[in-house]
Amino acid sequence: MPRMLLLALCLVALPALATIDAYPFPNEELERRYDNLIAELRCPQCLNTNLAGSDAMIAQDLRREVHRMLLDGKADDEILDFMHERYGDFILYEPRVSAGTFLLWFGPVFLGLLAAFLWWRIATQEPRSVEISGDEQARLADLLQADPKQEDHS
Amino acid sequence: MSLNKSLLIPLMVFMVLCGFLALGFSLKDPHLLPSALIDKPFPEFELHDLHDAGLKRTREDLLGQVSLVNVWGTWCPNCVVEHPELMRISREEDIPIFGVNYNDVTAKAIRWLERREDPYQFSIVDDAGTLAIDLGVYGAPETFVLDSGGVIRFRYVGPVTNTVWESEIYPVVSYLRENPDA
Repeated sequence: MPRMLLLALCLVALPALATIDAYPFPNEELERRYDNLIAELRCPQCLNTNLAGSDAMIAQDLRREVHRMLLDGKADDEILDFMHERYGDFILYEPRVSAGTFLLWFGPVFLGLLAAFLWWRIATQEPRSVEISGDEQARLADLLQADPKQEDHS
Repeated sequence: MSLNKSLLIPLMVFMVLCGFLALGFSLKDPHLLPSALIDKPFPEFELHDLHDAGLKRTREDLLGQVSLVNVWGTWCPNCVVEHPELMRISREEDIPIFGVNYNDVTAKAIRWLERREDPYQFSIVDDAGTLAIDLGVYGAPETFVLDSGGVIRFRYVGPVTNTVWESEIYPVVSYLRENPDA
């Protein structure tokens, strides 16, 4: 019985371990903006996780900074600028348009236009007609009339 | 019999794929972020000295000569790895090393340095990680080369070994010394 009790207690205690930092916000609007920002910012330590999903030390620090700046009345863009100045394009899941990211942003548009152009070229091309001589005409008629079964065994 | 050319298409696709994979594997470590702070002034700060809680250190304390700023913590295993090389640099290379003690417990940090010797002119206590964030630090150790005017000229992420010093950091340092106005 004590064992069962211990097990039950362990199960009850599990959610306590699962919580990470929960910051207090004066209103829901700020909290919603916080959730959006930490979802949109990438954790610099962990390649493919946003700040919201990472437990890395730097992610915790940056979440704290986002919270602090929101309470200071900073706009979302100011916060994103702050992060971008320090961590570069990497930190934004939606990278900004610059010389380095130009291809990333407009490459697909360019490929789409190229495909549309090629499609248009092929679609509007006149079908080519080939002149054939009388001899060839006769051979063609022969071939078309030939019995395919005989052809197979020949 | 002539070979049907379209049979070669899968092979060609495979070769192109191999080309991309070879390129991908030869790229630099994807964990290394390009630094957004190169050629920007070292950020302003006002933080306590590790050994003297009453003493405030500021950016002014880093100026006047080419220097290294090393971000470290007792929680960081690679800081132990690079420690002997930092000691050697502090003894032999005539360049000041300033420490930024990042997200650490001050008492632990002092003990860490006592046990291993202290390569730093002084260490700055950045227990909230604010200076580290201004520096765009995302782990430790990281080492910055500052020119005499306090502009960040180079950043190295990871442990500074003798090879790293000779092939990456020293060339920058000697260039900055020879061209103070560069």
